Amino acid sequence: MISPTTESDLAEAVAAAAAAGTPLAIRGGGTRAGLGHAVTGEVLETGGLSGIRLHEPGALTLVAAAGTPLEQIEAALAAENQRLPFEPMDHRALYGTNGAPTIGGVVAANVSGPRRIQAGACRDSLIGVRFVDGRGTVLKNGGRVMKNVTGYDLVKLLAGSHGTLGVLTEVAFKLLPAPESSATLCLHGLTDNAAVAAMSAALGSPFDVTGAAHLPGPADGPITLLRIEGFAESVAYRAGQLRELLRKYADEITERDDAAPWTAVRDGQTLGDAVGDVWRVSVRPTDGPEVRRRAGLDHPVYYDWGGGLVWLLMPKGTDLRAALEGLPGHATLVRGDEGTKARLRVFHPEPAPLARIAAGLRAQFDPQGVLNPGRMGG
Amino acid sequence: MQMPRPSQAILARKDEIVARLCRILPPEAVISDPAETRAYECDALTAYRCPPLAAVLPSTTEQVAAVLKLCHAEGVPVVPRGSGTSLAGGALPTADSIILGVAKLNRVLETDYDNRVIRVQSGRTNLSVTGAVEADDFFYAPDPSSQLACAIAGNIAMNSGGAHCLKYGVTTNNLLGVTLVTMAGEIVQLGGAHLDAPGYDLLGVLCGSEGQLGVVTEATLRILRKPEGARPVLMGFDSNEVAGACVSDIIKAGVLPVAIEFMDRPCIRACEAFAHAGYPDVEALLIVEVEGSEAEIDAQLARIKTIADRHSPTEWRESRSAEESAAIWLGRKSAFGAMGQINDYMCLDGTIPVSQLPHVLGRIGALSKEYGLEVANVFHAGDGNMHPLILFDANAPGQLETCEALGAEILKLCVEVGGCLTGEHGVGVEKRDLMLTQYTAADIEAQLRVKDVFDPNWLLNPAKVFPLSTTESRRAA
Repeated sequence: MISPTTESDLAEAVAAAAAAGTPLAIRGGGTRAGLGHAVTGEVLETGGLSGIRLHEPGALTLVAAAGTPLEQIEAALAAENQRLPFEPMDHRALYGTNGAPTIGGVVAANVSGPRRIQAGACRDSLIGVRFVDGRGTVLKNGGRVMKNVTGYDLVKLLAGSHGTLGVLTEVAFKLLPAPESSATLCLHGLTDNAAVAAMSAALGSPFDVTGAAHLPGPADGPITLLRIEGFAESVAYRAGQLRELLRKYADEITERDDAAPWTAVRDGQTLGDAVGDVWRVSVRPTDGPEVRRRAGLDHPVYYDWGGGLVWLLMPKGTDLRAALEGLPGHATLVRGDEGTKARLRVFHPEPAPLARIAAGLRAQFDPQGVLNPGRMGG
Repeated sequence: MQMPRPSQAILARKDEIVARLCRILPPEAVISDPAETRAYECDALTAYRCPPLAAVLPSTTEQVAAVLKLCHAEGVPVVPRGSGTSLAGGALPTADSIILGVAKLNRVLETDYDNRVIRVQSGRTNLSVTGAVEADDFFYAPDPSSQLACAIAGNIAMNSGGAHCLKYGVTTNNLLGVTLVTMAGEIVQLGGAHLDAPGYDLLGVLCGSEGQLGVVTEATLRILRKPEGARPVLMGFDSNEVAGACVSDIIKAGVLPVAIEFMDRPCIRACEAFAHAGYPDVEALLIVEVEGSEAEIDAQLARIKTIADRHSPTEWRESRSAEESAAIWLGRKSAFGAMGQINDYMCLDGTIPVSQLPHVLGRIGALSKEYGLEVANVFHAGDGNMHPLILFDANAPGQLETCEALGAEILKLCVEVGGCLTGEHGVGVEKRDLMLTQYTAADIEAQLRVKDVFDPNWLLNPAKVFPLSTTESRRAA
């Protein structure tokens, strides 16, 4: 195992691996190891590159070494009443992993949560990266300012590249103020179609909804969750307005102010503990119920992103993509055994011209193919 | 500013190339008469001009693909053009290039309020995207100053911003999908009405690539419901430092206005003389706009006032009507026009960390004296995106060169304090030769390799973004 403590040591290690043709399995906290295909190679740990380099509350910006524990960043931000806007999912419960998620891992997998519909994905808040490419060259792109169109946006390219284009060493974000208050409206007893219609109405309202999820499965009946955040007086006002707006969709609307349901939605926990493959399907929100219909109505399921993100627990080995053929969007096999992953592929196959471009980029950034080979399939 | 010498071989084959373009496009879509190609000799960076070999105005994605396929096969450079409002020379042609204009691709293809998206052809203007949905109380958020004229295609190419991106983000944060035609003439779909991509974020790297990776013919854009209301407040301060500190304190307090605009005294005076907006004669002026219901706006402005009062503003003017709101914005919105009345001007676009505002304004003042040219500052203070306007006289010998030299110094200063060369206008030809002040040769090389993948023969807008010396071997290949 290689555990560099400086960026230049890391660059040397990658250069040596490239020269020797040694594949590297890049590892932050290791909590998301199941997200992608297993990589066989020498483990390269980024945990030695740790620490917040800069936090300017008055500029809403943060720069941190890639191996910094996410928890440390969230604590530092909370102390200034700020937060990462995109509400990154914690994969530990889903995969049964331990350890501490790192900020680099969040970026490498472009991990976002329920607030993605309103505040954007991880990639939307990411404003700068430093990374080491497969040649062992230290590179930077973007910076620490939130408006920057100088040259190509490799920041976006690196976000979600799962370590296959470069090893991240430093990441910079724009932040948001943490809200003073939060409320969740709960609509009870809706069908999937009615729930998506209600969520569309809420998201298309001026009341700035920051979370919209529908859980068809609870024992006491389906529940639809809509979250509002901000200053207390504003949250109270908007919750009242939304309640009026949604009255025609639901007879029973209750309200709660805790974060528990959103943590469960964020972390894939509302599917329960049952064994099976976990799929995450991104579609146009109004197509959400159709995803469930095609998958089969008796499987555990819930919707986030106003219906546009469908989480499903399927019997092992089910080829969900075959059932979804023709529906615009993409399906990710988030959890499955390696055999199933190898057969079905974790990430949705791209059309040939895009696959060619992706392969071309990979060859440019990692000509020896030593960075997380096979992680994204292909 | 230099451009590569045109290929004599291509110039000699003009008639043949034009004839072949005429075979794949309707006759009126091919412009080759020198009297007419002059309309395409420059964009909004009018200091540099060069008529193209020809200009084509296709009206379908398939026609765009046919043009690119032909140019690819014949080795003819292509310069994509939206509405030609680039301030950086993004659409400046070379004599051996074909201008590929998307102006005829201007239709709305689909409006979907349930999913909050609109699909448009890329030649549609920014403001007319909002125009298509505003009767239903929706809008498209990115709002560059040129929004009346600029095309979505150009917005995507430059990853355009605007005054309201502190809250709503820039183009890349509001772009969900595109139909892209590669230089080889292949038509591909990136993204769509769903979120995120299964593989690499190619849409992310395409946005802001200044027309060098492909030509976008259709775009799926996020639309948002209009807020219930919006109201600006105007504040005056007797120093730039105090105004800068006030901006930082507002943000730190957890209030997120949709816009925070900053003007310094030279700019205020020029705008006042031009637009008579009734601005106070102060050292620094802030316009802060917040959104929501009447009560929410009142509450936010009360918070802002408490913060501002700690900085003893010399002026606090809260709008009480639509007319007063318009008056507050009038001066700001006419800033560029006001400058144009006084003088020729060059508009810079560097971004700096907000904490460096007072230092940078002080340095710009000193540089302005040193170079003997006046600089007025108007910018998006919440996100640190500066717009220093350097005033000069284009007819006075040497002044353009002095202005360019001063501009380069100011941009280097932006980079030096932790910022960047361009926040929303793009690099184009204007800032091309400064790229090595922000990036190492290796950083640049990594970007060139991306272009190698999308456009191996370097035919799409090849003389832009990167210093010519760094791209010469690729362009010659």
